Amino acid sequence: MNVPKELKYRDTHEWIRVEGDLAVVGITDYAQGELGDVVYVELPEVGRKVQAGEAVAVIESVKTASDIYAPVSGEIVEVNEALGEHPEKVNEDPYGEGWLFKIRMERPEELEALLDAEGYAKLLEAEG
Amino acid sequence: MGFCWPEDFPLIFERSREGRRGVRPPGSLDADAEALFGKEHLRSRPPRLPEVDELTVVRHYTGLSRRQVGVDTTFYPLGSCTMKYNPRVLEAAAARFAGLHPYQDPESAQGALELMYELGEYLKALTGMDAITLQPAAGAHGELTGILVIRAYHKDRGEADLRRVVLVPDSAHGSNPATAAMAGFEVREVPSGPDGEVDLEALKRELGPHVAAIMLTNPNTLGIFERRILELSRAAHAAGAQLYYDGANLNAIMGWARPGDMGFDVVHLNLHKTFATPHGGGGPGSGPVGVKAHLAPYLPVPLVQKKGDRYVLDFDRPKSIGRMRSFFGNFGVLVKAFVYIRMLGLEGLKDAAAKSVLNARYLKELLKKRGFRVPYDGPTMHEFVAQPPEGLRAVDVAKALLDEGFHPPTIYFPLIVKEALMVEPTETESKETLEAFAEALGRIAERGLKDPEWIQGAPYTTPVRRLDEVKANRRPVLRWRPG
Amino acid sequence: MAYTPHTEDEVRAMLEALGLERLEDLYAHLPPELLNPEIKLPEPLDEDRVLALVERLVSKNRPGAVFLGGGVRDHFIPAIVDALASRGEFLTAYTPYQAEASQGILQAIFEYQTMIAELTGLEVANASLYDGASALAEGVLLALRATRRMGVLVSQGVHPEYRAVLRTYLDAVGAEAREVALEHDRTPAFEVGPEVGAVVVQSPNFLGAIESYAALAEAAHAAGALLVAVVDPVSLAVLKPPGEQGADLAVGEGQPLGNPMSFGGPHFGFIAVREALLRQLPGRLVSMTEDAQGRRGFVLALSAREQHIRRAKAKSNITTNAQNAALRATIYLAALGPEGLREVAIAAAANARRLYERLLEAPGVEPLTRPPFFAEFALMLPRPPEEVRRGLAEAGFHGAYPIPEYGANAALFAASERMDEDLLDAFARAFFLAVGG
Repeated sequence: MNVPKELKYRDTHEWIRVEGDLAVVGITDYAQGELGDVVYVELPEVGRKVQAGEAVAVIESVKTASDIYAPVSGEIVEVNEALGEHPEKVNEDPYGEGWLFKIRMERPEELEALLDAEGYAKLLEAEG
Repeated sequence: MGFCWPEDFPLIFERSREGRRGVRPPGSLDADAEALFGKEHLRSRPPRLPEVDELTVVRHYTGLSRRQVGVDTTFYPLGSCTMKYNPRVLEAAAARFAGLHPYQDPESAQGALELMYELGEYLKALTGMDAITLQPAAGAHGELTGILVIRAYHKDRGEADLRRVVLVPDSAHGSNPATAAMAGFEVREVPSGPDGEVDLEALKRELGPHVAAIMLTNPNTLGIFERRILELSRAAHAAGAQLYYDGANLNAIMGWARPGDMGFDVVHLNLHKTFATPHGGGGPGSGPVGVKAHLAPYLPVPLVQKKGDRYVLDFDRPKSIGRMRSFFGNFGVLVKAFVYIRMLGLEGLKDAAAKSVLNARYLKELLKKRGFRVPYDGPTMHEFVAQPPEGLRAVDVAKALLDEGFHPPTIYFPLIVKEALMVEPTETESKETLEAFAEALGRIAERGLKDPEWIQGAPYTTPVRRLDEVKANRRPVLRWRPG
Repeated sequence: MAYTPHTEDEVRAMLEALGLERLEDLYAHLPPELLNPEIKLPEPLDEDRVLALVERLVSKNRPGAVFLGGGVRDHFIPAIVDALASRGEFLTAYTPYQAEASQGILQAIFEYQTMIAELTGLEVANASLYDGASALAEGVLLALRATRRMGVLVSQGVHPEYRAVLRTYLDAVGAEAREVALEHDRTPAFEVGPEVGAVVVQSPNFLGAIESYAALAEAAHAAGALLVAVVDPVSLAVLKPPGEQGADLAVGEGQPLGNPMSFGGPHFGFIAVREALLRQLPGRLVSMTEDAQGRRGFVLALSAREQHIRRAKAKSNITTNAQNAALRATIYLAALGPEGLREVAIAAAANARRLYERLLEAPGVEPLTRPPFFAEFALMLPRPPEEVRRGLAEAGFHGAYPIPEYGANAALFAASERMDEDLLDAFARAFFLAVGG
């Protein structure tokens, strides 16, 4: 199972890449496998203020719809428009071209509450 | 299943030929659109409807019907759908009322109003409720109506802001939480216990002054009767909550027990399930809602009342939640349920219920003998939830059943059972049909375990095979386009 | 017993296999205080007797030619509609979840979606809703979701029962509709504020008057709101459709397309939207696709919007809709074609105009609706419309629906293509007597 070491994780299977004061968010390889073929992604509006733990996006496969949670509080500054035409990128490249949205962090200390790669890998073991 | 080929079945638009005419309507043609309406109100070009002759219409839709199964052709054991035989006499009866307009003088529609009133009385008697509306057009519509009635009740007592939560079991049908959300409530799930009944202790812990209602069905979606229902209703009422009965599973207990006696305050019925009116491929149905006396003032308007020997439409209900739809309800469907009840009588309804349970239990035992597991194997009633033998997926079993000439059971519901097959045979099926179904499942399981490639490729004998749903969902094509 | 096939021997054998003795044993585990309540129902009847009972009830109704409207009218229904729609495969099927065995209904729904899109001039239609009123409610909720606003402006020209249903649905989510009064028989221009998400207008309106709403659509869009048009499906054969007037959504009552009046139901509601609003649509949608062998096929799509997947976050709780009624409409539209439907529309409107002029000849009768109108119109009568309606009914005609909201002694009438000169004359004569007193 692909769990990149440099990323942080939420127990709801989102990954976070920190780029300065931005948190880039997507879903993990495990999550995309569980969901199956992604058919549609409902992304939040740019400019929206979000709270850590708030459901801000929805990923749909044929038979399910999963809520995606903001791992940190802040403002949505960019969303991955390419997913409109190519939702399959979430399956094909979950940590790269399948990114979902970027948050300008209000309280970077919230990152400490998140899991590191080892912690997330352990979570997967327990779940599997 | 005797499907109609050819493989390539055109759309009605693809059969269109410019200038072809079908049915000619009555009415004279000596009128000019521009003169009648004014040029500024006219369409710039006509709608692109198909231009076909009448025989082509007949061949096309007859052909489509032969690429379709129904109860009339096939065993259809869909859990919580009650796919029983739809007696044809019901259709004949409904047709007799085709020419009535809802706005005609009620004095000139006394027969229709009498039928509605009588049906209401029968449904109240069967459910143990005090008042009823026949207005909702389907079960989910009835659910929304019932929940709004409960909301109005709490609002009237000054508790609307307080009571914001509706509790549903984790085995509940999806429409229950969707309904509660549409009515502005927050939904919380209550777990089921290991026996398949609602975990009463967990539910009691959730109760409090913030709970507006609990939505339940009994028997529940596992086919299991909630035996502690009286204790549950006492606890709910003590906490000031209202108890809502989803009537989807009434077929199991009709005539034998009544939700009103169990303590339910609101009941919705599905006439297109329990009372044998046809499903129509997705409706029209009808979802009457019965309530106890304390909720009667909030029912939608109008109600049908009897004044002496006349029947009247009662609009004078100041606390009513208002209207849920236009006119009075799906009257044509009400006629069918009325006729069904008059044909069966209490004895017939009880017999139907008992045979629905007999058939389901019998089938359950047959499936268990063939390696199907039943995780909640208590005294199930009109339906039960099974799992295929370990290693097989419900979807593959379902597709293989199509080749055997059976419509599959409901799959992947309720959510609390993995690879769920929810099976409801109904009382109108014969012993040999049940045995043939069990045989077929046994064959499928045996072969499927040995030959996964085979079962994952099923079905093989239907007009189309497994469809690309990913494509349909990523790039939906929702209409035909010319050229 | 009716419809259960079991012989006594079979029942015995099945009970034995379960280790039980009597059918009653199947209920032995229920709390005894609940079992066998006293229920009074009439004695059962066989098929012959029950139809005789139905005939007795039918005889208590008063038949008569129907000159009533409100979105439901007495239009001609070709015999093939019933013959085809009542085929057992269509009538007794469940929702087409198992697509391989349901291509008939799925393809028919796809054809229906196309026809509604064509009639309304909008891009996408769903598989049907319950009726015109609930379709409006769902449409407005859609507009509020899409704009993330809570304000609704609705013309008084919209059917009063639809406005009532809208109020109920909006109250449930804490929103409220503000009504814009008609100026005589038509909607005046009005301001759209920044809190408004949905602007609702009906054409032909409840009084039958044809209204143009392109300017209103522009005003709505300028304010960031969506325009919801309530429309009559038959009128769309000739009149400018919502798609050509800037509407974002169209909703309406489908009964006039091949469905009997049947005392108010079952009918169906239709909804069509611009492409951008597609994923907000409630209810079922059918998409074309392919199977693994490349055959064209149809399947329910975008189900993640619906209650069985999204549960509390679904766009709507709707499950069972009105599929067979929508199928009747599909067959009707295929049978008539664009030319046939156009003929229906023009004949109905021409008859309505003739009727209007004739009825206005009665002393004391004034027009409320001014031309142009479609198949319905309103008049002011010289006496209470309930009395006129009663008098007409006793003479074997149904007309003069009281609409007090629109004026003292205001009444609604309708015509269809089914009426010939003799019938119009006969109705007019009965009407003269009924108003003359």
